[in-house]
Amino acid sequence: MNLFNLLEDIENADPEFQDRISPRRDAIKNMAGFGTKVAVAALPFALSSLLKKAYAQSVPAGVTAALTYALKLEYFEAAFYRTALAAPNLITASEKTLITAIGAHESEHVTFLRTALNVTTPAPADTSYDFTAKGTFPTVMTNYETFLAVAQAIEDTGVRAYKGQAGALIGQQVYLTAALNIHSVEARHAAAIRYLRRLNHGASTTKPWITGTTSSGNDTGISAADGNYAGENNTIQGGIDITKLPGVSGNISFTAAIEAFDEPLTMQQVLTLVTPFGVS
Amino acid sequence: MKTSTLQETGKPDLSRRSFLRYAGVGAVAATGVMALSACHKHHNDNNGAYDIGSGDPAILNYAYALEQLEAAFYIQVMASPYGGMTAIETAFLTDIRDHEVAHREFFKAALKDGALPALTPDFSMIDFSSRAKVLGVAQAFEDLGVAAYNGAGYLIQNSDYLTIAGKIVSVEARHASLIRNLLNFGTFGEGSVIDANGSDKQQSIAQVLPVANTYLKTKVSAGNYNYIP
Repeated sequence: MNLFNLLEDIENADPEFQDRISPRRDAIKNMAGFGTKVAVAALPFALSSLLKKAYAQSVPAGVTAALTYALKLEYFEAAFYRTALAAPNLITASEKTLITAIGAHESEHVTFLRTALNVTTPAPADTSYDFTAKGTFPTVMTNYETFLAVAQAIEDTGVRAYKGQAGALIGQQVYLTAALNIHSVEARHAAAIRYLRRLNHGASTTKPWITGTTSSGNDTGISAADGNYAGENNTIQGGIDITKLPGVSGNISFTAAIEAFDEPLTMQQVLTLVTPFGVS
Repeated sequence: MKTSTLQETGKPDLSRRSFLRYAGVGAVAATGVMALSACHKHHNDNNGAYDIGSGDPAILNYAYALEQLEAAFYIQVMASPYGGMTAIETAFLTDIRDHEVAHREFFKAALKDGALPALTPDFSMIDFSSRAKVLGVAQAFEDLGVAAYNGAGYLIQNSDYLTIAGKIVSVEARHASLIRNLLNFGTFGEGSVIDANGSDKQQSIAQVLPVANTYLKTKVSAGNYNYIP
């Protein structure tokens, strides 16, 4: 179901419908081009109100499920950065601005999704999470290098999580576009964290993009994160083997083929990965 | 162009109401996904421009045009590196070049006979000897690419291609983040690209192609998406 089909269905049932809702039609037109026509601050509200309030129809279950899942992950990410920014002597002063910006985006995602979903229950407390993942990363909030490594895995996983939900939102212009716009910000975060590690923190082979080998897509050097990078070393896209295509000199290299495409994770894969952190 | 698209959907009503209902979403519904290789030839008949066509092949051709532009740019960057290019810049810009070539070649292979022809870039206004100019153009291209994929994603009807577009756009966002940090550390996600909802911005085909065309000798049009140069 999508917005435009819905209008058609309603019109079939009620030929007078178009006239009845003429004030609403302006809202619909604006939604189709909300990037320029609706104030940014009004966007989450518009998302939630569009179908529910204007048409007394529930939002498609698949849309709600995908956004609820995204909110669960954003709660966790926002709490992760809030906790780290509050930890004494963790983050280098010169890099605090950058980490602060990332944390702010995650909090904005929380607000956006809560508003879009019309969630009124309290957000989980930051202390409800175990950022050590049951002791796997005991120094995550005391050692900056460990913190950055975990942050990198979390951001890369966030990118993969949103990507895995695209199919659930197909044909949903408003919801899919909103999810895509958050998805690419998570990728900017992941690249920024990776760049910090490469630049200042001894990760001499880390790149802003996920690289890997034929046997593993995990380029973090942390075996506990293998699941977060499972399948990232895929070279086949839409049935096409990228390494068989022509590159600048010879065929496209294996490394370029896997770096050029980020891979999705399913909801179940991601939920399994974040369970040790207390995300449920 | 819009008329023929609506007729394909079996809805003869060309009223404004109908247009609103089918805008964007309905326009691509009629074209079978696996018709990718069977689509029309790309005559350069819109004021001399090549048209991307309609349906999923159009969106893939749109992406193909942008990837051609990006690949050509980075090939030129690495063929004539600006003075003082550091080792890390050399490594990362070479990677980006190879990623963009991989994207370009993927779309070309996926579109088969339905692919746009090879486009000829026009980079005459870019000073490739200047680090600031090269990274500035790179930043503009990468941000444009992210906004373009985000803005066109909803037009894709086939979930496999939507997923692949998602796989590519996050890599473009990684590029954008790096280039921004290389040019001005800390600007990877500043307010000019990310809004108050912590979200990237999307742009429509009709917004993106005019920008892309300023760097192309042969222009690209999108008659079904409200853009003819």
